[in-house]
Amino acid sequence: MNSSARPATSEELDFLSVQKNSQFRETFLRLCQNKAAVAGMIFLVFLILLAVFADLLFDYQTTCVDLNIAERLQWPSAEHWFGTDQFGRDLLARVVHGSRVSLSIGFIAVAFGLVVGGILGAIAGFFGGAVDNVIMRLCDVFLAVPMMLMAIVIVAALGASMVNLVIALAISCVPTFARIVRSAVLSVRDMEYVEAARAIGVKTGRTIFRYILPNCMGPIIVQTTLRIAATISNTAALSFLGLGVKEPQPEWGALLSSGRDFIRDSGYLATIPGVCIMLTILALNLLGDGLRDALDPRLK
Amino acid sequence: MARYIAKRILYMIPVLLGVTLLVFFIMHLAPGNVAGMILGENATPEQIAALEHEMGLDRPLLVQYFDYLVGLLHGDLGTSYTTGDSVTNEIMARFPYTVQLTLVAAVVSILLALPLGILAAVKQNTWVDNVSMVVSLIGVSMPIFWLAVMLILLFSLKLNLFPVYGADSWKSIVLPAISLGFMNMASIARTTRSSMVETIRQDYIRTAYAKGLSRKTIIMRHAFRNGMLPTITVIGLEIGQMLGGSVLTETVFAWPGVGRLMIQSVEGRDTPMVMGCIILMTICFSFVNLIVDLLYGAVDPRVRTMYR
Repeated sequence: MNSSARPATSEELDFLSVQKNSQFRETFLRLCQNKAAVAGMIFLVFLILLAVFADLLFDYQTTCVDLNIAERLQWPSAEHWFGTDQFGRDLLARVVHGSRVSLSIGFIAVAFGLVVGGILGAIAGFFGGAVDNVIMRLCDVFLAVPMMLMAIVIVAALGASMVNLVIALAISCVPTFARIVRSAVLSVRDMEYVEAARAIGVKTGRTIFRYILPNCMGPIIVQTTLRIAATISNTAALSFLGLGVKEPQPEWGALLSSGRDFIRDSGYLATIPGVCIMLTILALNLLGDGLRDALDPRLK
Repeated sequence: MARYIAKRILYMIPVLLGVTLLVFFIMHLAPGNVAGMILGENATPEQIAALEHEMGLDRPLLVQYFDYLVGLLHGDLGTSYTTGDSVTNEIMARFPYTVQLTLVAAVVSILLALPLGILAAVKQNTWVDNVSMVVSLIGVSMPIFWLAVMLILLFSLKLNLFPVYGADSWKSIVLPAISLGFMNMASIARTTRSSMVETIRQDYIRTAYAKGLSRKTIIMRHAFRNGMLPTITVIGLEIGQMLGGSVLTETVFAWPGVGRLMIQSVEGRDTPMVMGCIILMTICFSFVNLIVDLLYGAVDPRVRTMYR
């Protein structure tokens, strides 16, 4: 009896330290072992910091909007690292401010698609039956049109502007997320812990958000990362086609499109924004692949 | 099998109807007056009203939709707002160009991707694997339109090997097909590699080695056929993506296909033409998906028995 009353030694409590490691921490540690994913993550953090502090680095009005014809079409130099455009504006400043536009459109559109698609998918997966059928058939209709074409149709109807571009891209993300969340919910819906939550009288909404969704976050996180990459690419594509962000607002696709007219003698104007788009998408893809591996229980 | 095909085709009908309904209503959400735009700024309200009546635009939207649907079932996609020609005729004149470009791009991407993916899997963790996967990763991340612009810069403007735009000779299709096919090549190669890596670790492959079969027979006959299913899925999805991507490639290279026609029609607010292009591409996309599902059966006997 006496022995059970004494305080436990640290060795005896070792098993508790295992429990202290949260799933998030474990996943993050596994992700950190993947060099490519870490490189992608570092690049993205750098890019996000650039976008956030763009105004501190380059004044928007003087560097990105005001014309300076005397310095037009200058090749990259010590003074202008990325050269100047056809109106004499510094391309580096426009690329840095452009990162703000491209990233925010990508993140906002995907966040909207994730929330709306996630709710629809969770409802469809949890309730099943007629509700599931209606939601999924609607998704089938949206998915029957290639994502890029659907975005073009919506922008064509609403008119070319940044807000409409976000709406178009967000809507085209919704069915993909609805499907993924639905299948993830279906995979855990009949687990014992969900049954237990129902048995003790937890409300449906709380069961979905507290018990089901946190347990099927893996595929959702991976898809979100990859979808942001696809959305940034589509944003650039639509701006390139003249259906997105308009001059003088800098956006990578729009910069590339306007640089195309000077490609013969000033190839850097089209090359540099394209490299930025490619590196960002590459970083997101590397991070997405790394997350997929880190979240895969078979690879633990 | 025939029952399954019939079932799949029947299932496509409500989806395609849904697409026409969705696209029709989205396009008619567009702000602005079509008749006013056709007649120009100097048109009087009476002239606009008369043209709207003539074009049937003053009727309720649902009535217009049903009329459109009846026309569609008869192969009539309406009349272009900008040229006044039949939308069906105009799209059909452009469609062969898009099919040609998509097929050449698909063939190029498959022919490059399969050997690349198989080689990477067989030589896993060697320099061959690393190089092919870096190429694939860059390919997946590269925007189609940027690659197109870079190809023009290098091969057309600097080296003068291929024309910048148009569809006049066989040379004209080389750069558009590469730019459209490269990204898809990368996705197909990545999938082939990961599926082959998993397959070559299976027990039946070890058995095949133990039986003394040659490496070539094992890879091509035992591993490749079994590892093909995910690859076929991706090829199908990628051909669908190509239909979307053809809009960009055709615009950059001024290729006279449906994708370019669609962008020109969007700029000209030519609603019937845009709808016609979208519906045609959606039908193609759905048929590609159907063919992919049927190919599963051809490749995998387990799937084939499910159809019976």
